[in-house]
Amino acid sequence: MTDQVILQIEGVTKRFGGLVAVNQVSFEIREGEILGLIGPNGAGKTTLFNVINGVYAPDEGRVIFRGEVISGLPSYEVARKGIARAHQVVRPLNELTVLENVVVGAAYGRRNLPLGEAARVADEVLEFVGLAPKRHLLAGKLNVAEKKRLEMARALAAQPYLILLDEVLAGLNPGEVAAMLDVVRQIRERGITILMIEHLMHAVMNVSDRIVVLDYGSKIAMGTPQEVANDPKVIEAYLGDPKMAQHLLEEQGENEEGGADGHS
Amino acid sequence: MKRLKAPALWTILAAVAVAGIWPLLNRSATLREDMFLILMFVTLASSLNILLGYTGYVNFGHIVFFGLGGYIGFYLISQQGWHLIPAALAAALVTTLLAALMGGAVLRLRGAYFALATLGINEATRAFVTNFKPFGEATGLSLHFSRYQEYGGPASALWFTYALLVIVTLVTLLVSYLVKTSKFGLGLMAIREDEDAAMVLGIHAPRAKTIAFALSAFFPAIVGTLFFFKNGNIEPGDAFRLHMSIEGIVMIMLGGFGTVTGPVIGSAVYERLRGYLLTTPLFKDLQLFFAGMLLLIIILFVPSGFIGWLRERSARLREVLQ
Ligand SMILES: Nc1ncnc2c1ncn2[C@@H]1O[C@H](COP(=O)(O)OP(=O)(O)O)[C@@H](O)[C@H]1O
Ligand SMILES: [Mg+2]
Repeated sequence: MTDQVILQIEGVTKRFGGLVAVNQVSFEIREGEILGLIGPNGAGKTTLFNVINGVYAPDEGRVIFRGEVISGLPSYEVARKGIARAHQVVRPLNELTVLENVVVGAAYGRRNLPLGEAARVADEVLEFVGLAPKRHLLAGKLNVAEKKRLEMARALAAQPYLILLDEVLAGLNPGEVAAMLDVVRQIRERGITILMIEHLMHAVMNVSDRIVVLDYGSKIAMGTPQEVANDPKVIEAYLGDPKMAQHLLEEQGENEEGGADGHS
Repeated sequence: MKRLKAPALWTILAAVAVAGIWPLLNRSATLREDMFLILMFVTLASSLNILLGYTGYVNFGHIVFFGLGGYIGFYLISQQGWHLIPAALAAALVTTLLAALMGGAVLRLRGAYFALATLGINEATRAFVTNFKPFGEATGLSLHFSRYQEYGGPASALWFTYALLVIVTLVTLLVSYLVKTSKFGLGLMAIREDEDAAMVLGIHAPRAKTIAFALSAFFPAIVGTLFFFKNGNIEPGDAFRLHMSIEGIVMIMLGGFGTVTGPVIGSAVYERLRGYLLTTPLFKDLQLFFAGMLLLIIILFVPSGFIGWLRERSARLREVLQ
């Protein structure tokens, strides 16, 4: 990790009608860092991702990536600048093969590669996430865990500077979670900065350098996993009952699937 | 260019070339007329497939490119004294340009809204042409008999036009294949599967869709010019037949949308079927009813069409059959 700031979120607000989904949120991510973004369902985490990667323009504030304002740019331009994303609700290109899905990521990602080179990158990434044996299968035919890996593979194939991971562990069994966490750590080894939304508390505490907590659209805490875990505001936000929350945190809830988050 | 060496491409091109050249060797005018219709539909269906099959946008107004191109080409030939070939090319360029302008606006719509808008484009263009003086308003334009002299008389003009159509069909199929196997084509297919996800992956969807729409207009405009030149006259009712758009969709669905081969097989089968229905008194007035029923059956039972069905059998077939 360096001290170089790669992404700056400055006072970002996003409303849906009367609902303030993201409220005056500011924080920054340093190059090479793994930053965890947590908060209860509906806290505005996914919406913040949508603002960062250009699906929505913020109503207020701005997003600066590698020294350049990117808020307001369409998502395809943000992708070219070097931000890739794995969606919470998987979005495989169903009638294309697994390989073709990943080739799209590589060909249209940051490096804008021709097909031949994109295929080489895709092969390597498929190997890396363990989907290589399924490369010729139609993406629609994969199971949920595999589709999550495909999301990840497609994003990685773009060879981004920053990758946004939206609950890539949700709905996975403990074995799959461990494997996925391994992948996340290796992504960082490759020098890619990671911003990850995660419900699975022990996992995100374990893997993140720092954590930002959102509640009702606002940032309520930021710090090391230790600091955040002991912050009464955070505990309260999670369960409304400080003792209960503390208890659950200590349990390092394996059962906390976090897959209950039905919307995106 | 590895993809130019694909056997699938050369098989389909060779098959169409042989079928297309057959009437030329044989010198049979009936055979030529039959083949003219089939090749015309192969071109219409294959070009529509670039938008419908690759990009996933259902265009009910595809025939507008045929009609508009036909009018522009016919106007250049009959009123400006142009030769068929430059007239057809100019018609194609102008139509493509207009399509790019229209596409930029109308492709913001998705799904049913886009489909409805394309119906609107066809009807609006027909209404415009019907009131446009240079295009002869409601009565249209016709070609003086003597204009065929330039091509060695009416009979050889027909053969010449037919030979051009064979070439245009082959080029259309080649372009369809090159688009499908290119990075651009992969982007189109990503848009078809999930447009928002495609954009997040870095695909400039508005631009890609507009290019696909414009490209799908090029070949129908050439074919329109050839068809009406052969006909000797053009009028709004013949140029903008909505049911030809619908039949084009049936052909694509029958053969397999999103594949290069599908529209060829679909056009040939459908055209034969239609020929049969038209000459059978019982079915004569029911051909559109049959087109509709056929479409329904395909969508319900073989939604990926004949070639699509084959491709689903194995990964190997999927690779070989394009
Ligand atoms: N497109 C949308 N239109 C309206 N409301 C939305 C939209 N997307 C999200 N929301 C609302 O914004 C709030 C934040 O949602 P989201 O960002 O998905 O939360 P999280 O990812 O933290 O669970 C929720 O109340 C959600 O219902
Ligand atoms: Mg979410």
